[in-house]
Amino acid sequence: MVSLNIDGKQLSVDKSCTIMDAASKLGITVPNLCHNPDLSTFGGCRLCLVEVEGNPRPLAACATLVQEGMQVKSSTPYLERLRSTNVELLLSDHPNDCMLCERAGNCKLQELAYYYGIRENRFEGTRRTYDKQDNNPFVSREMEKCVMCGQCVRICEEIQGARAIDFSYKGLWTKVTPPFEKDLDCEFCGQCVGVCPTGALTGKMWSNKGRQKFREVDTVCSYCGCGCNLTLAVKKNQIVRVYSRKNTINEGMLCAKGRFAYEFVHSPDRLSRPLIRVNPKSNWVLEDTHDSGGPGKQVQRSPALQDFKEVSWDEALEYIAFKIREIKESSGPDAIGGLSSARCTNEENYLFQKFIRAVIGTNNIDHCARY
Amino acid sequence: MNECLDKIIDNYLENEGNVLTILQDIEKYYGYISEDAVCRIARELDIHPSRFFGIASFYSQFHLKPRGKNIITICRGTPCHIKGSEKILGRMRMELDVSRDEETTEDQLFTLEEVNCVGACGISPVVAINGQVHGEMDINKMMREISKLRADN
Amino acid sequence: MRDKELIVKVCSGTGSVSAGGAEVLQAFENLGSSYGIETGFKNGCRTQKVGCRGFCSRDVLVDVILDGEKITYEGIKPDMVPRIFEEHIIQGRPVLEWVAGDEHKKFHSGQTKVVLSLCGEIDPEELDAYVAAGGYETSLKAYTQLSPEEIIEGIKRSNLRGRGGAGFPAGHKWEFARKTRSDKKYVICNGNESDPGAFADRCIMEGDPHSIIEGMMICARAIGADKGYIYVRDSYALAVKRLRRALEQCYEQGLLGKNLFDSGLDLDIRLYPAPGAFICGEATALLKVIEGKRAMPVPRMHRTAEKGLWERPTIVNNAETLANVPRIMSRGAEWFAGLGTETSGGTKVFSLTGKVKNTGLVEIPLGMTLREIIHDIGGGISNGKSFKAVQLGGPTGGCIPESFLDHQVDYESLALAGTIMGSGGMVVFDQDTCMVDTSKFFLEITQAESCGKCTPCRIGIRRMYEILDRITKGKGRLWDIELLEELGTHIRTTSLCGFGMTAPNPVLSTIRHFRDEYAVHIKDKKCPALVCKDLLSFSCIQENCTGCGMCKKVCPADAIRGIRKKPHKIDQQLCIKCGSCIDACKFGAIHIE
Repeated sequence: MVSLNIDGKQLSVDKSCTIMDAASKLGITVPNLCHNPDLSTFGGCRLCLVEVEGNPRPLAACATLVQEGMQVKSSTPYLERLRSTNVELLLSDHPNDCMLCERAGNCKLQELAYYYGIRENRFEGTRRTYDKQDNNPFVSREMEKCVMCGQCVRICEEIQGARAIDFSYKGLWTKVTPPFEKDLDCEFCGQCVGVCPTGALTGKMWSNKGRQKFREVDTVCSYCGCGCNLTLAVKKNQIVRVYSRKNTINEGMLCAKGRFAYEFVHSPDRLSRPLIRVNPKSNWVLEDTHDSGGPGKQVQRSPALQDFKEVSWDEALEYIAFKIREIKESSGPDAIGGLSSARCTNEENYLFQKFIRAVIGTNNIDHCARY
Repeated sequence: MNECLDKIIDNYLENEGNVLTILQDIEKYYGYISEDAVCRIARELDIHPSRFFGIASFYSQFHLKPRGKNIITICRGTPCHIKGSEKILGRMRMELDVSRDEETTEDQLFTLEEVNCVGACGISPVVAINGQVHGEMDINKMMREISKLRADN
Repeated sequence: MRDKELIVKVCSGTGSVSAGGAEVLQAFENLGSSYGIETGFKNGCRTQKVGCRGFCSRDVLVDVILDGEKITYEGIKPDMVPRIFEEHIIQGRPVLEWVAGDEHKKFHSGQTKVVLSLCGEIDPEELDAYVAAGGYETSLKAYTQLSPEEIIEGIKRSNLRGRGGAGFPAGHKWEFARKTRSDKKYVICNGNESDPGAFADRCIMEGDPHSIIEGMMICARAIGADKGYIYVRDSYALAVKRLRRALEQCYEQGLLGKNLFDSGLDLDIRLYPAPGAFICGEATALLKVIEGKRAMPVPRMHRTAEKGLWERPTIVNNAETLANVPRIMSRGAEWFAGLGTETSGGTKVFSLTGKVKNTGLVEIPLGMTLREIIHDIGGGISNGKSFKAVQLGGPTGGCIPESFLDHQVDYESLALAGTIMGSGGMVVFDQDTCMVDTSKFFLEITQAESCGKCTPCRIGIRRMYEILDRITKGKGRLWDIELLEELGTHIRTTSLCGFGMTAPNPVLSTIRHFRDEYAVHIKDKKCPALVCKDLLSFSCIQENCTGCGMCKKVCPADAIRGIRKKPHKIDQQLCIKCGSCIDACKFGAIHIE
C-alpha cells in the first residue's frame, strides 16, 4: 500500500494504482476523454494532467502510478488553463455542429467546452473533412468528430477481440478506420458506439429519434442465458435505443443482438400469448412459385393464424402435461425428447434437463450448445 | 502470386518477423501494399488486416495504390500553373487515360502525380520524369518523352 | 617498389559512394593488378574501402600510405587515379596539387576521435580489420573477467550519457535493467536517425559496425540479456548491408550465438531494418514497431529499462552511445570522463552542415564551444557571409544566435540556450536565412510526422505551422507571436512523448532570439532576409536596366513590360514573385525588398 495526498486529502491505495484511480476513490473527477478503467492505458487526450510536487511538468493522472508521499493537486488555475487549451485545440478540429449532432447533451467534448466556456477559438485552421460512407445498418461513423481517444480501437481489440478498426495515417490526418478504409465489416457489437465520448460513432437505428427526455427502463436481455442488463431508452412507449450501465453484471458491455436487435419488441408478429394448433399439419399447402414461367419450386407455406387457437397459460400447460402423459403411457418415455434453448438461463436449462430425465424418465435431451 | 505470398510467409516465420516485415515484403514484391495480398496473408496468419493498414498508412515508404513503372510528376506551383501546367496535366490524363482520382494507367506503365513545387520556377513549366527534372515543357515535348518511354518498354 | 608497404584507403560512406567512391576504389584495384600488385588484407599491399572520415564536402577522400607515410588526397575522381598511381605510388612523388590542404588539417585538428576513431581507418566489411585494431578484446574481458556490476560501475564512472537526445546516463539505465528480475531481457540499438541533416549514426553503422555490435555485447553481458535488435532505417541501404555482413561474420566466428567466449552465456542479435519515420526514434514507439504495432509512443508508466519490449527489461541505446562502450572499456572510464565536462563524459559526433565552409561529420569533446566548432573546425561561414544562427538537434531542436556561441556544448548549457543535443544535427545559417521561414520548414516536417495520438502534438503543432504559414504570407496578426509562444509552451508542457515536448523548439527558440524578425514580418509585412516570397516586391532599377529583355523572356507570369533597349518595368499585380528574373538578369537590375 502507498499513501499519498490528493487535494489535501490523505489516502492509501495499492501501489499498482494510478493517480486517476486514487482520485476516483476520493470522489475527485479528473477531466478526461480517453480514460476507461476497463481498457489499457492510453494517455492521449492530455486532459487529466495533474500537478505533483517535485515534478516540473504536470503529469497525466491516468498514466502515472502512485508513489509514497506524493502530493497531488488535481485542479489549479494553471492546470485548468492547460486543459482548456487542449479542449480548444480539439474544438479547432471539430465540426462544432452540436445543433444536429446525435450526441448533443450527452457528449463529453460538448460538456468540456461548456465547462471551460470556449466560444471563440484562437486556433482556427484546417479541419478534417471526410465523405460519409459505411453502408452498414448499425454504426454511423462521422470521423471528423473523432477526438482520437482510441477507446473504440481498444475496446474492439482488448474486450471484443475483433480488431476491426485501427488508427491509420498520421499527424492531423490520423483516422480510425477499418482496413483499407472499407466500410465497417465486423460483428457489429457496437461496443465502439458504447464508448465513444463524442458523436463520431453513433447508432444508425436511433438517429433522429430524439436526444433527451427518455424514460429509462432497466431490464434483462432476452436473447441468451448470459442475462446482460439492458437499459431501454423509451419514448412514447417505444424503445428508441438500448444501452447498458457500467455497474451491471455485464459491466456495460453488450453484443450486437442486445444492443441493436430490439425491434422485435414492437413487432406486430410477436407472439404474446400461448397458441394451440387446431388444424393438423397435413392441411399445410405447398405453393408453387413461378419465376419467368419455369417449373416452380414448391415452398412450404407457414401456418397461418387461423391454424391456431389462442389460449391462457393454464390451458396450454395443462394440454402439454396431458399430451406428455398420454405419449409416455402409450409409447414409453423414450418416445419423448426435450430441446432446450440458449436463451434460457443456466438455471432454467438445468431444471429442464432434470424434468426430462427425472420426471419423464428419458435421456433424450439436447440444447443448441449441447448439455 | 501464390509463390510471392509463400515467400513472404516463409520469411515471416523464419525470421520471427512481424506485420512490418510482411508489409516490407509486400511492397518489395508487388510495388505497393496490395489489399488482396494483405487480406490473404492476414487470413493465413490469423492477424487482422486492420493492423496491416494502420502500419502501412503510417509510413510514406508504403504505397497504398499500385504505382506505374514510370513516374511522371507534374509541378503545380503557381509559376508552372501560369505557364500552362494545367494544360499538360489535362493532356497527359487524356493520353494516358487516367481519370482525376486515379494516378496509374491500367497497364501499370505510368503513374501521373502532381507536386506542389519542385523549386525550378525559372524553367517552368516543370515536369519530373522518373525523378529527372525537365524544364520548359510543352505538350509536344511531353508526347515525345511518353513515346520514348513506351518504346523502351 | 614491391618490397614497400602500400595501403590505399578510399572513403566509402554513402556520401562518397554517390561522389564516385566505388569507381575510385575500382580504379586503384584495376591499376594495382595491371602493375602486378596483389591486393588483399593479409598482404602488405592493399587497397581498402573505409568508412566515412567526416569531411564529406571534399569527397572522395583517398589516403595513400606508403611505408607508413600517409598522404591524404581530396576531391578525387576516377580519372585522377592513374596520375596518383604513376607519380606517387610508382615514382614516390605525391601529386601535391590534389593533396588535402590546410582546411583538411584544420577540420581534423580540433576534433577528438573516439567513436569515430576506427571510422575511416579500417575496412568496415572485414572482421579481421576490426580485430586487428583491438576489436572484441573488451567484450572478451567483459564476458570472462568482469562481473556485470563492474561493467556498470565503469560505465557510470565514465559519465556516458545517451547520445540519442535526452542524455540519460547510460550506466544508470543499465543498472535499472540489471536489477529488474526477468526471464528475458533485451538490448536494442536505436539506429533510426530520421532527422534531416543528421548522419552521425549512419556513418558509424557504415564505417564501424563492429563497434556497435561489441557495445551491444557488453551491454547484454552487463544487464543479462540474451537477445538484441539493431533497429536501423531501411533507407540506409549501405548501413543495413554492412551491419548484416558484420553480424554474419560474428556468427561465423562464434562471437555471437551460443556460449560466447566459453562463458556459458548466449546472445542473439538481429538486424531490424524498418522504414524510417521520425517518431520511431522515440524509445517506446520503437519498441512498438519491433512488437509489430503502429509506431505510437505509450506513456512511460515504467522505465523501459524495467518494462520495455514485450514488458521485459529493455535497454534502448543510440548507435553512437553503444559504439562508445568498447572504447570506454578498453581505455578506462576515467580517460573517457576526462574528455568531457563534469556532467557528461566523452565526445559527441555532430553532423555539421549548412552555410559553413567545411561540412561533414565532426567529433568533439563535450565542453567545446560552438564558436570553436563552427569557426575553427567548420572554417567559418562560406561565401564571406556573416553568421546568423545555428540549429542544433534536428527539426525538434532550437536555433542559437551569435551571443550564445561561447557556450559550452553539453546537455545542460544547450538546454539553457533553448535547444537540445538531439542526435547531433548542426545546421549553420548565414545572414540570408529567414528565421520564420526556417521554423516553418521544421514544423512542416514535425506536423506531418506526429503519430496522431495526443491532442497537443497532433493538432497543436499543425496550428503552429498554420500560424507560421500565415505570417510568412503577410497575413500575420499582431498577437500571433504571443499565441505561438503560448501554444508552443503548451505543447512542450502537455505532450505525451519527447517528440511533442521538443517539437515547438524551433519556434520558441527563434522567437526568443529573433523576435524582431517575426515582428517585421507581421507589422511591416517584410522579410528582412528576402526569403518569404509573398512578402517580397520585385522592381526594376531603371538605371541598371539595359532593356535586354532576358527577364521578360523568363517571366512565367508575363509581368515584365518594356520596349527593347529601354528600361523595363515589373507589373506588381501580375508578379508572382518566383525570382526567375533575378537569375536571368546579368546587370543586377532587379531589386527586391
